[in-house]
Amino acid sequence: MDNPAILVKSLDLWYGDFKALKGINASFRGKMITSIIGPSGCGKSTLLRVFNRMNDLAEGVRTSGEIIINGADILRRDADLVALRKRVGMVFQRPNPFPLSIYENIVFGARIHLEAKKKDLDYLVEQSLRSVLLWDELKDRLGRSALGLSLEQKQRLCIARLLAVKPEILLMDEPCSALDPQATQRIEELMRELKRDYTIVIVTHNMQQAARISDETGFILMGELVEFGRTETIFTKPSDRRTEDYITGRYG
Amino acid sequence: MNDSNVTECPASPALKLKKRSRDPVLTQRLAFAFLFVSTLLIIVPVGLIIVIIVQKGLPGITWQFLSDIPRQGMRSGGIFPAILGTIYLVSGAIVFALPIGLLSAVYLSEYARGNFLTRLIKLAIVNLAGVPSVVYGLFGLALFVTFFKFGASILSGALTLGIMILPIIITASLEALESVPHSFREASRSLGASRWQTIRYVVLPNAISGIITGTILGLGRAAGETAPILFTVAAFYLPQLPGSIFDQVMALPYHLYVISTQVPNVDEKIRYGTALVLLAMVLFMNLAAVVIRCRFRKKKKW
Repeated sequence: MDNPAILVKSLDLWYGDFKALKGINASFRGKMITSIIGPSGCGKSTLLRVFNRMNDLAEGVRTSGEIIINGADILRRDADLVALRKRVGMVFQRPNPFPLSIYENIVFGARIHLEAKKKDLDYLVEQSLRSVLLWDELKDRLGRSALGLSLEQKQRLCIARLLAVKPEILLMDEPCSALDPQATQRIEELMRELKRDYTIVIVTHNMQQAARISDETGFILMGELVEFGRTETIFTKPSDRRTEDYITGRYG
Repeated sequence: MNDSNVTECPASPALKLKKRSRDPVLTQRLAFAFLFVSTLLIIVPVGLIIVIIVQKGLPGITWQFLSDIPRQGMRSGGIFPAILGTIYLVSGAIVFALPIGLLSAVYLSEYARGNFLTRLIKLAIVNLAGVPSVVYGLFGLALFVTFFKFGASILSGALTLGIMILPIIITASLEALESVPHSFREASRSLGASRWQTIRYVVLPNAISGIITGTILGLGRAAGETAPILFTVAAFYLPQLPGSIFDQVMALPYHLYVISTQVPNVDEKIRYGTALVLLAMVLFMNLAAVVIRCRFRKKKKW
């Protein structure tokens, strides 16, 4: 396998005394959608949040092992978290736009990271909104509050806000769980569009969604990565009994 | 089993299922009436205070009363030095207390971990809020007036008042900061913003209304207190304006105390007029706090 986007080597993670991830080894390939599935509380969100060190915001988190992104171990104490989070962005379960205008939401990252001129920002806003197919809907009301948008628009806006920082890897933590089926379908279409330019890792409790959109799938159970491989293989002939039990709906 | 069976069922000889003698509709009405009247009673003292003070004080309010210095041993003339003194003291207190209060609230809310030290600090804040105001006065006398040799001065009084309103400002700011949804912080950090950038661009703008409100309420408290300024700044009778922060000033609450109890034969108009001015200042500040809160509440919808 050539140069993975994220390479995880014997990763362990503890919340205080609780070991949430146990000896994870995995290799996430670039320009692909990889799903992480598993029952609630198995550690799939925890794994996702390690990839841009969002777990640091919680207290009492310890890790061991390595995660190589762009040639560097991001778990090192001296890792550059700002650079990491610019490269590896996250979309959350509940759309969480800032209580600002649509325009200000998108330029938030640019304002923090760059000295950009108004014209550049305008261009950035248009590009980002076009990438998430919101430009035509919203171009006439960029000054309105983002809180007035529908849930789906909010989630798209959050993705646009992320794209504006020019990341390479998009982490999505159950990005559709607050959305209705039609909106979910449209976000999935968007993800297929986005994988041409971005590496996407998505955590989902929805197995059909994993089967529909992802190229590769990992199954996590009680903090262990039970199986990881091509999505068809996982869903048609899983090699582990536990994977088979989960995808046939025997638990979870 | 339906309801009618329940009473007939001889479950055990000791168990008697008698119908409750009190009518639930009646008790409900009674309870409602009691609760309503108790709540209504809250308005009465507020209303009475305002009505009486306004009624007795308003005739004394003239331009001369507001702008002149006290004359004839405070039995005539105005209260301008006391008004100005109170404004100086309140401003001084806020200049001192707002930065410290706000910064420590930000530290406690955004940086501090839940360890022993943090708990100790929070305990200290609670206790600071519970200290009687006269104790602050004595403390200010010992520390600022005597130890730092500021003398009885605006500086000493403002610092004392500042310390007194610190817990109000910290508590209100902390509450405002903690009411900013965690998801905003998470979104900001995930976009690569540092902790400070997150505070500066996301947390503070969303907490500012609560912080301002708390600060204004603290100001109102500072404007009305007598005990903390008693030993640290307030002049009994000083018919001139202060030249520097090391001068003494008159202040409204203390002036009111003086003309009500220490000086014989002060016209009622002057006493109640002074009370009215003080009351109006404090109520105005509280009103401002309410207006600001409403204004901001309309804007945010999370």
